[in-house]
Amino acid sequence: MQLIKTLTASTAMLVVATGAAYADDHMASDMTLVSWGGAYQNSQIKAYAEPYMEMNPGVSITWDESSNEAVAKLRAMNEANNVTWDLVDVVAADAMRLCDEGLAMEIDPDEVLADAPDGTSAEDDFGDLLVSDCFIPQIVYSTTFGYREDMVPAGTPAPTDICALFDTETYPGMRSLEKRPINNMEWALLCDGVAKDEVYSVLETEEGQQRALDKLATIKDSVIWWSAGADTPQLLADGEVFMGSTYNGRLFSAIVEQDQPIAMLWDAQVFDLDGWIIPAGLPEDRLNRVLDFVKFATDTQRLADQAKYISYGPARFSSAPLVGKHAELGIDMAPHMPTDPENAKNTFLYNYEFWADYRDDIDAKFQAWLAQ
Amino acid sequence: MRQKMRALMLVAPLLIFVVVTFIVPILSMLFRSVENEIVPNTIPGTVVALSEWDGSTGQPPHEDVYRNLYIDLFKAEEAKQHTRLGTRLNYEQTGVSSLFRTTGRSLDDIGELWQDPLEAIDPNFEEGSFWFEMMSGTGGEGFLEQRRELMAAMSDENMSGDVGFVPSAEIIEMLPWTARAYTDFALWAAIRDGDTVAEEDPWESVYGALGMDLTNPDTVSAINSYNGAGASALQAAAANIDQLPDFGFREAFTQEDEDWGNAEVWATIKLYSPSMTPGYFLNSVDMSLTPDGVKMKPDNQQIYTTLFTRTLVMALIITGSCILLGYPVAWLLANLPMRTASILMILVLLPFWTSLLVRTSAWKVLLQQQGVINEILVWLGFVDDADRLILMNNATGTVIAMTHILLPFMILPLYSVMKTIPPSYQRAAKSLGATNWTAFWRVYFPQSVPGIGAGSILVFILAIGYYITPEIVGGTDGVFISNRIAYHISSSLNWGLAAALGSILLVVVLGLYWCYDKIVGIDNVKLGG
Repeated sequence: MQLIKTLTASTAMLVVATGAAYADDHMASDMTLVSWGGAYQNSQIKAYAEPYMEMNPGVSITWDESSNEAVAKLRAMNEANNVTWDLVDVVAADAMRLCDEGLAMEIDPDEVLADAPDGTSAEDDFGDLLVSDCFIPQIVYSTTFGYREDMVPAGTPAPTDICALFDTETYPGMRSLEKRPINNMEWALLCDGVAKDEVYSVLETEEGQQRALDKLATIKDSVIWWSAGADTPQLLADGEVFMGSTYNGRLFSAIVEQDQPIAMLWDAQVFDLDGWIIPAGLPEDRLNRVLDFVKFATDTQRLADQAKYISYGPARFSSAPLVGKHAELGIDMAPHMPTDPENAKNTFLYNYEFWADYRDDIDAKFQAWLAQ
Repeated sequence: MRQKMRALMLVAPLLIFVVVTFIVPILSMLFRSVENEIVPNTIPGTVVALSEWDGSTGQPPHEDVYRNLYIDLFKAEEAKQHTRLGTRLNYEQTGVSSLFRTTGRSLDDIGELWQDPLEAIDPNFEEGSFWFEMMSGTGGEGFLEQRRELMAAMSDENMSGDVGFVPSAEIIEMLPWTARAYTDFALWAAIRDGDTVAEEDPWESVYGALGMDLTNPDTVSAINSYNGAGASALQAAAANIDQLPDFGFREAFTQEDEDWGNAEVWATIKLYSPSMTPGYFLNSVDMSLTPDGVKMKPDNQQIYTTLFTRTLVMALIITGSCILLGYPVAWLLANLPMRTASILMILVLLPFWTSLLVRTSAWKVLLQQQGVINEILVWLGFVDDADRLILMNNATGTVIAMTHILLPFMILPLYSVMKTIPPSYQRAAKSLGATNWTAFWRVYFPQSVPGIGAGSILVFILAIGYYITPEIVGGTDGVFISNRIAYHISSSLNWGLAAALGSILLVVVLGLYWCYDKIVGIDNVKLGG
């Protein structure tokens, strides 16, 4: 009996206490953010999380390095009715998928996100980069090539054209490419003489897909297929491959921070986006906290700050002029941004709608082709 | 009997724990390989209407199907379920994903094609309270419950509770489409959004549905003799049908996206409309379900049978090399003096305690073309610098790394079995005139077979399910079926296919276990003593 009384009393106190916390500002005091780990997550901690916690001393942030499997994990959490994440960093294609599955919350950018300092609405400031109703873009990154400068044959000019990838006579050596059709198929068609704006209409057809695979087949024996972004910088550093594709930030850190004899080949770099999604169905207090954080973390200054730590371009137009110097090395970051005019002479824009439709089909063919 | 009960009670906690945390989740995951309820749940009316359609004519289905599709999709869009359905069907028919996504966005526009002229004919149609009064009545409780169940199945949410609305039986009879759309709207507004139905403006689909009803001449004559609530507005609409769009929903849909007129898309929807499907299992053996029956997939898409055979063959090779390498080590362990044996034992166990990823990455450093092994071979002059061995990113890499990783699982059972073989047997054999080899082969080896059996089963079953190591060192021809399962679980989100592949793998392993039992006998397996 005594026990029951104590239990009731403490439950009542708990209710009062939570009630008080609610009355405070209806915001939870801790958040779980999901990101990619490594240098990228570090840049987010430095640029967003630390200043935010300074402004809100009572808030604690837990980081979970699960972005790689975010889609599957979020789906499993949702089915178990126990979503423990508050904000998840994913690439745009995953954001679209999560939105389609009803796992991410739809947002109204003008309401949720901060305006630019000059008063431009968030929707205009992010512009075309708002590729899904659930997606809050942070950075523009690109998948591009790096090559070993010391492995370019003597007397041959350094490669400036994406098609050096397929030219194993002029540039002998292994290549590393991602073990999935996305990007590789587009590059293959570009180098097979398809005009840039026709790539996706060619790739829609059976013949076009076969044509891309046939082009890739010409170098199949000299390709190492990677599945983690760190593979290509490692393979380049070890001299295992002559050239390879990866995310531009990875190459930046290999070239600038680790001083490897690697050079960038920006030609036909493929722009892609990374950003936040808010899981659907968060309780009100957690949602309020997340919305407060997101508004802060995606404002013009914060996005520009992130570029001090990693060479990815801020997703807001208004952030671009504010990009400064590297926090530790003190070098100008602008020339290392994928969006820098000098680097972006010839770029390729990833077509989200196309890959959402064709991913399963083309991936089946691509994997079957790899296994042959 | 009582004793049995008591024994059962004693093990019950463990039994319940195992069932709840292990068997139930696995079975529910495997059940996904045939489960297909998302299609009949999300577009129930369409599925029923579509069953009458004959896909072999190559003609798109009848207007009736499109009307059902509109009513079904509209509420699915409210619940954000239509894109999930699109993703599901996109596994079978490329392009359906964006078809559902873009159509979802334009469902309001389609409804407005009817809403605007209806409101122009009689402004009463703008009022939520007018609609409420017209649709309410008595006798529609059964209809309401029917729609409630459909809504709950579609949205996967609990739809119980008071709606504050009962449709009128007379209206249900006179305006069947409108009654469906309005009841769906009322359920959603009252239960999901917590609003009062009479104060809310109805969905655009309700206007579209009234448009559907008005195309029926019987309905028009019924309206003209109707005198309940809203009679004058309905009669005005019936009198001015010429102001409503002169096309049906088939045209409205095909105008939004011409794929809705594509018989192939409809054939796929029809094929996958039952709540159970063999489709995932067929896919996982490189076949596919088509309107003309089950067919092999085209050559350029066949992959799973190759991967299954490769997984089995390579797991056998790995098991074999584990026996070859593990047997002498286990023999040494069992026969050396205690002190030396324990040091050797630590050497066996040490890698066992190291993280799998670390060990695999270490193999990468050793095996790559500029790696330690190749460097040494080049330095010794065994291999030409331009012609270095390719030891990884292929099947060789997988076999080498996995043999190393799984070796302790072979050595430990072998060791514990060998430990129990009395050395006096071999001595006795030799004293009777056997050579060293005969004594080993005829006396020692047969006694160690149970250890080989136990080790082989462990290694083989572990090898079959491995995916991290093959992913890192396997390149393209050293990856296993588990890598595709992992891809479908975490990347393509095709859990049905992943479950089917997993089920097949499970059945294959059980089948092999059964064969092993028949050939070697499971009594011959010993993990120790």
